Amino acid sequence: MFYRENGQFKSTYASDQQMLPILQDRVFMAGLLVVAFGVVPMLASDYLFLSLLIPFLILALAAIGLNLLVGYCGQISIGHAAFMAVGAYAAYNLVLHVPQLSFLVVLVLAGLIAAAVGMLFGIPSLRIKGLYLAVATLGAQFFMDWLFARVKWFTNYAHSGSVQTSPVELFGWTIDTPHEKYVFLLAVLILFTVIARNLVRGHIGRAWMAMRDMDVAAEVIGIRPVYAKLSAFAVSSFYVGVAGALWGFVHLGSWEPLAFNLTLSLNLLFMIIIGGMGSILGSFFGAAFIVVLPILLNQLPQMLGIPMSTAMVSHLEFMIFGALIVFFLIVEPHGLARLWAIGKEKLRLWPFPH
Amino acid sequence: MKKNWPVFLLCAVLLVGLVLPLATGASAPGFYVEVLLGGLMTGVLYSLVAMGFALIFKASGVFNFAQGAMVLFAALAVARLAERMPLWAAILVGIVIMIALAFVIERVVLRSLVGQEAIALFMATLGVTFFLDGFGQTVWGSDIYKIELGIAKEPVMVLQGLFQGGILINKEDVVATLVAVALVGVLALFFQKTATGRALRAVADDHQAAQSIGIPLNRMWVIVWSVAGIVALVAGVIWGSRLGVQFSVSLVALKALPVVILGGLTSVTGAIVGGLIIGVGEKMAEVFLGPVLVKAFDLAGGGIENWFAYVLALLFLLVRPEGLFGEKHIDRV
Repeated sequence: MFYRENGQFKSTYASDQQMLPILQDRVFMAGLLVVAFGVVPMLASDYLFLSLLIPFLILALAAIGLNLLVGYCGQISIGHAAFMAVGAYAAYNLVLHVPQLSFLVVLVLAGLIAAAVGMLFGIPSLRIKGLYLAVATLGAQFFMDWLFARVKWFTNYAHSGSVQTSPVELFGWTIDTPHEKYVFLLAVLILFTVIARNLVRGHIGRAWMAMRDMDVAAEVIGIRPVYAKLSAFAVSSFYVGVAGALWGFVHLGSWEPLAFNLTLSLNLLFMIIIGGMGSILGSFFGAAFIVVLPILLNQLPQMLGIPMSTAMVSHLEFMIFGALIVFFLIVEPHGLARLWAIGKEKLRLWPFPH
Repeated sequence: MKKNWPVFLLCAVLLVGLVLPLATGASAPGFYVEVLLGGLMTGVLYSLVAMGFALIFKASGVFNFAQGAMVLFAALAVARLAERMPLWAAILVGIVIMIALAFVIERVVLRSLVGQEAIALFMATLGVTFFLDGFGQTVWGSDIYKIELGIAKEPVMVLQGLFQGGILINKEDVVATLVAVALVGVLALFFQKTATGRALRAVADDHQAAQSIGIPLNRMWVIVWSVAGIVALVAGVIWGSRLGVQFSVSLVALKALPVVILGGLTSVTGAIVGGLIIGVGEKMAEVFLGPVLVKAFDLAGGGIENWFAYVLALLFLLVRPEGLFGEKHIDRV
């Protein structure tokens, strides 16, 4: 009844090509931004910020990055946490050795370094396709784990191998309270989301999707596989590298050598499977899901009065993740984002579906 | 021949690396042989896990990430069951459990995803991995368990005449190797001589053609997943008796992935040879190359064996994507 585009005519190219062509969507998005920037910081507690919102924002960014590669370009990666680690350690060393750099510059440089490393491990994708790549990226994961744990230079010769960071400073603004962290991360995430949205509907994104759907046909219509695949690896690793730097500096503050391990890689993959492959929105859903589920599992049995050991909870978490992945792959391969789209479609016809 | 030179180069580098410690006198011959044998033993275990992997890929085209989880699950089952019954009974029950598991996986996962893209099937096995890890530890417990095979664990001194100081060999390792070799033989016979084995090979060659001459695909999948499950059980039991049954087993079993890449995804021979190469290679690298690297770059310790296999597989992917024994045809872009 309320959600339909009747009467909204597009009379210029600009209005035809805008990101949110329907007025209601724009109103909804504006409302969402007001809530996210204005209302949430007033209402949320520190616990909510630290254990839910901040991880969610960073993981959503990483999930978008992985989704660009897996969902849009069709190249599987089960080692993306390695590129997060590259971003985090690159940022750490940049701050350490070139302290006069602004954190924003550090963030971009860390992303670029991660992109370079990502392209390096993406090179095998030019000769092989699909599942062989899983092993190449798994190699990246274990090699990076080892590199950052063993080569002392990366951790500034710290004895335990763990690194400490100081709070982020931006133009004289010290970001150290949960509230400030949240606002900063939200701004970064929105910026990168807009860029990603525009990338995937531009010619680069179309090249990726053509590559994913049928590589031979894509080559025939003039898309060069080398550029398409390596650019997907580069952009994806850039996003993930930035997310890694944020994860290290803003969320963790100090981290151990194995903070970016295989489990994190697999979790990122689960986010995009459950959220929806080939959907920016799905990355948000997936990240939210992965952040909320463990907390819910920890709280729910207590609320219901069922005593459960922590080991049991973690096993249950494994089982639920596994079952959900299989469930989603069978029932709804496009994930939660597809359910959302179906809901929107239903809403357009409501309340007169015929 | 011209196209093959990178492969030869890579193999030559590996061979030189293999001989170098001995040739330069960096290690005593006895110690060298001990390391070599240790690598071979580990390699046999990698081969076992990789074999299950290659079997499934061959027959159903599924890149089975869950093989490691199956090893852990089977080992946990046997370890816990053996507390209540004799070992042979525990192994028998374990086999029944693995067959039931294969049945369930086929019914619930594979049948619903038939005809989907390979990437979807791969991700489904990721889901199975997580489910099995959680389920196994819920049912069987998550401590470290032991499997007692009833073989003496004291090392035995052999060949004292040949090398100074002799060579220490674990009796259990020898038995494990013999079991693995026997298993390979049985599998080869099964695939070559029985009607089911022939049907499985037909399915591997061409699903549609196999189906059109009346081979029931679904049943074949159950069989091949059961066989892979039994192979996983053997690997799990041997591993469990050497290192104890714990969660990290499923991580180590991930090394089956580079092994099959190296050997060729579709080849059982490749899985065996690849396993041995990687087992020996990483042990050698850890023992002889590790200290050199640590000294040269001032590292905080060795641990090369964690990634050596993967990087080796990566190099092989670049120069010979089909692996050492794989079929030539490969989807190239």
